Amino acid sequence: MEPGLGSYLALSGILFSIGAVGVIYKRNAIGMFMCIELMLNSVNLSFVAFSRHYGDVTGQLFVFVVMSVAAAEAAVGLGIIITFFRNRMSVDVDDASILKN
Amino acid sequence: MLDVLFFILAGFAIACAVSCVYHKNPLYSAISLIGVLLSLACIYLTLAAPFIAIVQILVYAGAIMVLVVFVIMLLNLDEDKPLTRLRYLYPIGGVLGAVLLAQTLFVFYAVTKTPHQASEQGNVIGQTMSIGTAMYTEYLLPVEIVGILLLMAIVGAMIMSRRMREPNLELVEGSKEDGE
Repeated sequence: MEPGLGSYLALSGILFSIGAVGVIYKRNAIGMFMCIELMLNSVNLSFVAFSRHYGDVTGQLFVFVVMSVAAAEAAVGLGIIITFFRNRMSVDVDDASILKN
Repeated sequence: MLDVLFFILAGFAIACAVSCVYHKNPLYSAISLIGVLLSLACIYLTLAAPFIAIVQILVYAGAIMVLVVFVIMLLNLDEDKPLTRLRYLYPIGGVLGAVLLAQTLFVFYAVTKTPHQASEQGNVIGQTMSIGTAMYTEYLLPVEIVGILLLMAIVGAMIMSRRMREPNLELVEGSKEDGE
């Protein structure tokens, strides 16, 4: 027997909340990046669940687009992290305070 | 049968997600995140979306996480320092997360209760051919835009991670004099 739409959506919501709490808790830039990936994945899960439920292929195309955006984000975001580490010798987001004063 | 498989995979995904948030060492977090991605790929297979499952493994667990682990290795990160100030913000973050979870579950519950027509089109949806047909006919413009976005990301990443130098003014002036 197949689990209903609600189970997939509940799993998606739980993963999204865990990712959001991780973004709040972590101060390591790479850790925050990975939690953002977790949130993107939970949204992908709800897209695929709706796509299966309604029998429409559009949701899976959105997942494809989200994955491409995540790949672009990984390339640019990790470039930013490397540049930041080169200037500050740290990836702690508390050290990113050059615009503060 | 399928629901037992779903609950096993869902439990594994949630446990790996909690471990990803909990661990201070970024390498442990990355490995836990790979566990989440793989179990989500298996869940996509049970949702009859084999194309998305394979792309999930190739792009996420393959490319992106290899990049992340490579950067962790390159930067030789230590563990997170314990937070000395603003310690009271931890419970506030937990409460915010619980509120967000409640909101999300309420919205999804409302969605599942609305009347709709659940169509059963069988196994055609999610096969690579149907996705490819939709991608290159109805959704051609978004696919092109995604291509341009990826090109911009490549150029941006190359410019960003290049070592910035002081512009060599003498060379520029010298070439200008030569031109004149």
